[in-house]
Amino acid sequence: MPITNVADRPELISGADVLSPSRANEWQPGVSAIGPIHTEIFARADDAAGAAVSLAFAMDHLQAATPDPLADTPDERPWLWVQDREALRRTGRPYRAGLPRRLRHRLVHVAARTTEDALFALEEGLRCRELAFVIGEITGNPRALDMTASRRLGLAAERHGVPFWLVRLDFRRDLSSARQRWDVRAAPSPPPRWNPEAPGVPSWQAELFRARRHPPGRWTLRDDGALAAERGVSLDTLDLQHTLPC
Amino acid sequence: MSFMPTPPSSRRVLAIWCARLSIDRWRLAHGLAEGEGADAAPLALISETAHGPRITAANAAGLAAGAQAGMMLADARTLCPQLAVAPADPAGDLAFIEALAVWAQRWGPWSAIDRPDGVIVDVTGVAHLFGGEAHLLADAQAIFARRRLSVRLAIAPTAGAAWALAHHGPPRALLHPEDDPAQRLAELPIAALRLDDDTITLLRRLGLKRLGDLHGIHRDALVRRFRNRRSAAANPLIRMDQLLGRVPEPMLPVLAIEAPLVQRRLMEPIRHRELLERVVADLAADMVRLLEAKSLGARRLELGMWKVDGEVVGRRLEVAAPTRDAAHIAGLFGRKLEDVDAGFGIELVRLRASWTEPLALAQRDFEAAAENHGTSLAACIDRLTVRLGADAVRRPVPRASHLPERAQTWEEPLGPEKTAQTEFEFHARPLKLLDRPEPIGVIYQTPDGLPRTFRWRDASHEVVRVEGPERIAPEWWRERSTTRLRDYYRIEDQEGRRYWVYRNGLAGDGRGGMPEWFLQGMWG
Repeated sequence: MPITNVADRPELISGADVLSPSRANEWQPGVSAIGPIHTEIFARADDAAGAAVSLAFAMDHLQAATPDPLADTPDERPWLWVQDREALRRTGRPYRAGLPRRLRHRLVHVAARTTEDALFALEEGLRCRELAFVIGEITGNPRALDMTASRRLGLAAERHGVPFWLVRLDFRRDLSSARQRWDVRAAPSPPPRWNPEAPGVPSWQAELFRARRHPPGRWTLRDDGALAAERGVSLDTLDLQHTLPC
Repeated sequence: MSFMPTPPSSRRVLAIWCARLSIDRWRLAHGLAEGEGADAAPLALISETAHGPRITAANAAGLAAGAQAGMMLADARTLCPQLAVAPADPAGDLAFIEALAVWAQRWGPWSAIDRPDGVIVDVTGVAHLFGGEAHLLADAQAIFARRRLSVRLAIAPTAGAAWALAHHGPPRALLHPEDDPAQRLAELPIAALRLDDDTITLLRRLGLKRLGDLHGIHRDALVRRFRNRRSAAANPLIRMDQLLGRVPEPMLPVLAIEAPLVQRRLMEPIRHRELLERVVADLAADMVRLLEAKSLGARRLELGMWKVDGEVVGRRLEVAAPTRDAAHIAGLFGRKLEDVDAGFGIELVRLRASWTEPLALAQRDFEAAAENHGTSLAACIDRLTVRLGADAVRRPVPRASHLPERAQTWEEPLGPEKTAQTEFEFHARPLKLLDRPEPIGVIYQTPDGLPRTFRWRDASHEVVRVEGPERIAPEWWRERSTTRLRDYYRIEDQEGRRYWVYRNGLAGDGRGGMPEWFLQGMWG
């Protein structure tokens, strides 16, 4: 039984979109060629896990994308990062020296005052053909970000082929049309080889609780140059309280 | 004062001085020849000042009767009761000189305005077209005579020398490159140095009346006397060096720029937003046609709306990249028209592209599908900037500084990026930086001074892993001497959250009490 999103009308889901059960169970992040185009990531506002996971997904997406055989220059398209005021205040501004090396010089940052402005900026970014991907960070449960707004963003992303990660900080799980919905929190990092006392490579406890093509699951994600995933808890022992319908 | 022999300059500069510009313009405006009609009687042009009308110029008869520029009108009337007056027009004079500077490019490739009543033309290497420099001067004199303007002309290797000869030398003076300017110009009065009135008075009082007098004085003495005068117009040494060609004197050339302008005069004043948007869309289409003919793209556009009740509303727009997209321009203006108060109606709408950049003609897409394929980046940035403001849409660029919060600045997203030293790879830097470092309360410290447990944002964090310190000293060349150094630590708490904290100062560094701890950045 494929997992579908409540926002999708049944006729919109073609057979090719749904993985067979055996393949679906093998799926894990960082393995599929091209991930979904509209993803929501739930995170806490007191750390940067949400933004870091979305950047790791984006890097994974860029590496998996097949380069245009006719292009004579590498893909140097800019990318957009939209933050509303509260996200900016609580989790800080992007810091260029800490961004991945490939993405550092290509960032266009939008500091929106209100949620409406942030949604406008996101939609404009998704409609732009010259952006590599779009990341949004929105705090709380604003009224403007309802099912309709989420669907608008998803449709724009799919129509123009711009991958889109929306980080929702301190957010209650309400209706949304995202193709994948993750809940992400920081996880203790593995000890580094040379200095076991130091923090290691970034690790996150990620729970996929809504997906269109795969069964939900839990993984420990690591960003060790490339996105790596370990399946933490098997599907059978999945904690029921995390899979409540939303 | 000993002078080195001046190297022969290869430049040739023509100075044109309209000796009686205001009077000539007044006469031309009234269609009079010199000494004819109203010009035969004494006449003065006056401007209103705080102390009453003051004479700015007088015609030949007026000068003969005793009226002089700078005199109060009441004083002149006592000398010559029948003195007629007309208002002076300094703005018109300036506009005339601007037009004249462009027109004077018939004698050379570039020209500059020499305020208030002169023009400088570079005639380097063009004199042979007129049969030599003497013939060039004669040609110019004849053409100005035909325009009924009285001018004085001179050609010299520098703008300063040409100015001096035009104002104070013989008519149609020529200073050849092989001449020694110091010697040829020695007999000119000190006013030929283009100094302001105070300095001329000072030099007169010192007994220096001619340029040659300055050469008799040791240069160090003059340097010491005028050491506080930075501006060229107040320092005779700078002016003398400019005149002799020892220091360059940049001039601002005049370029004729035509800003593309389109307008619509409306039969019926419009009061509704939809109609106004339609007019703006039409104007944008006209403007695009105009720009396309010149291979230009608009960077800044100014929209003026003239209302029936005698008011003008203006809206201004700047775009991130030169554009020639009518729908895009109209769409951007549409957002700016929201708060326009039409009053009794708008009768004239005008669109002007005051800043344009070259934009080559491009082939339109063959397929209609390509047009639906989303907007370009420049259009996207424009739309974001118009709604959110230019401060909201930016990108980070590195800056040469050790302090983390100073090491990046924010600039407009599409501008060129300056080259900079790349970041050091061995410095671990967080993904995000808080705008203001937030203080953390240390609950329990390890013996070496590191926090083991701390409170931040009403939550308790237990430090599990630490790396550091990375010591960053204050930038002493910029900051106060009491600024404390910072020891940065990368920490990870019991849940795996990674933060960047620092201790502000050291215990006993003499710059305040016990050091405090702050949290500045976070990793993913």
